[in-house]
Amino acid sequence: MSFEPRIVGFLCNWCSYTGADLAGTARMHYPPNVTSIRVMCSGRVDPAFILDAFRRGADGVLICGCHPGDCHYIEGNYKCMRRMPLTQLLLQQLGIDRNRMRLEWVSASEGGRFQEVITEFTEQIRALGPLKLHDYNFDPNAEEVHQHV
Amino acid sequence: MSKPKLAIYWASSCGGCDISILDIEEKILAVVDFFDLVFWPCAMDIKYDDVRAMEDKSITLTLFNGAIRTSENYELAELLRQKSVVLVAFGSCAGEGCIPALANFFNKDSILDYVYHKSPSLANGGGVEPQPEVQVPEGTITIPKFWNTVRSLDQVVEVDYYIPGCPPQSDQIVNAVMAVIDILQNNKPLPPKGTVLGATDKSCCDECPRERNIKKIKAFTRPFAKVTDPNLCLMEQGIVCLGPATRSGCGAKCVKAGMPCRGCYGLPSNINDQGAKMVSALASVIDSTDPEEIEQIINTIPDPLGTFYRFSMAGSLLRRVQV
Ligand code: FES
Repeated sequence: MSFEPRIVGFLCNWCSYTGADLAGTARMHYPPNVTSIRVMCSGRVDPAFILDAFRRGADGVLICGCHPGDCHYIEGNYKCMRRMPLTQLLLQQLGIDRNRMRLEWVSASEGGRFQEVITEFTEQIRALGPLKLHDYNFDPNAEEVHQHV
Repeated sequence: MSKPKLAIYWASSCGGCDISILDIEEKILAVVDFFDLVFWPCAMDIKYDDVRAMEDKSITLTLFNGAIRTSENYELAELLRQKSVVLVAFGSCAGEGCIPALANFFNKDSILDYVYHKSPSLANGGGVEPQPEVQVPEGTITIPKFWNTVRSLDQVVEVDYYIPGCPPQSDQIVNAVMAVIDILQNNKPLPPKGTVLGATDKSCCDECPRERNIKKIKAFTRPFAKVTDPNLCLMEQGIVCLGPATRSGCGAKCVKAGMPCRGCYGLPSNINDQGAKMVSALASVIDSTDPEEIEQIINTIPDPLGTFYRFSMAGSLLRRVQV
């Protein structure tokens, strides 16, 4: 079977989630690979959410918020804007391609843009392939584990 | 009545935890007075077979320091779990991997390759590599197997309590051990499983005496590259300090001495990853709303991975680098 990326999308309630709704009500087609999680603001996305998503099997993580200057909480998206490049740097050092994570600004009226972002990001993750975490779980039956001393 | 039994073990560790136990000074007398010390490889001559011969659950308290990196560490973790009523992950290595877990930035093959073939200080003419088993005229000798990934103690056996720190501060060890003695002596109920002893639930910043204002950072720098104001928050002066992502209980010793917190007391209970928390903390002090400038400021942070996860790689969300 061909690889279908699993993507977690954190969408801010006031812009991007509404933008996604608009794409839906306008019957725009986009790949079904994104599981949307509504957050109140892109500033609510703790970098730990992103690491946790990868840990639990996501191949990509998308964060969408209001355009800079438009955040419902004034500067939540600036917080997000400062966190994301550092998170990407950390991911890169952790051996996870930084392009598996993306931050985009999508307003409530940009249903079309939402469609584009999802389509493009899904293709990008498809090209990167599945993310497999090596040696995450401890396997008490592994060969290296046992040796009496 | 016979005394309760105490065991102390070191797995992958530097020995500092054992020293820190001796650092409780004359209180050690109260400890050996109350407990019968049955196993402590660092301080007494005793064999693993002696431990194997003990009855299950016959050791009241085991302080286990060191990470799990070899089959020997694992074997002893299982053995001591089986023989002990209360197993404590003592120190940062047993708790979340600590310095040994920096090996999780690499894998087994690259580590062995570097250490036995590439290291500049090496004299290994024959290119010898350690083998888990070797035949000699007297028979077969074995050494423990080296794992690909360093684990914390609770990733391989059940752990009852944690005492954090690299090493745990002696006053906190005294508090924790005296609390255990009090519980046993007076038949008090044990604290719930998983309790962190000898530390608080807040972050290191809570104990830090430095003054905090609004932080506006345009560049980060290493501690030696700058003369810092002794009364001001180090983050505010552009020094990466792990205080916000680290449990308090050490008395904020490093920051009081002018060095940033390096994170050895591990995670406070409301945080699940030191690196992620540090990303948030640093992002909130960066003074810019321009993506390009933000990128530039971020690039001045020296080695984010090694700095944020110096003590907690094995216990972090992703546990290791993907290599
Ligand atoms: S409310 Fe949309 S980014 Fe803050």
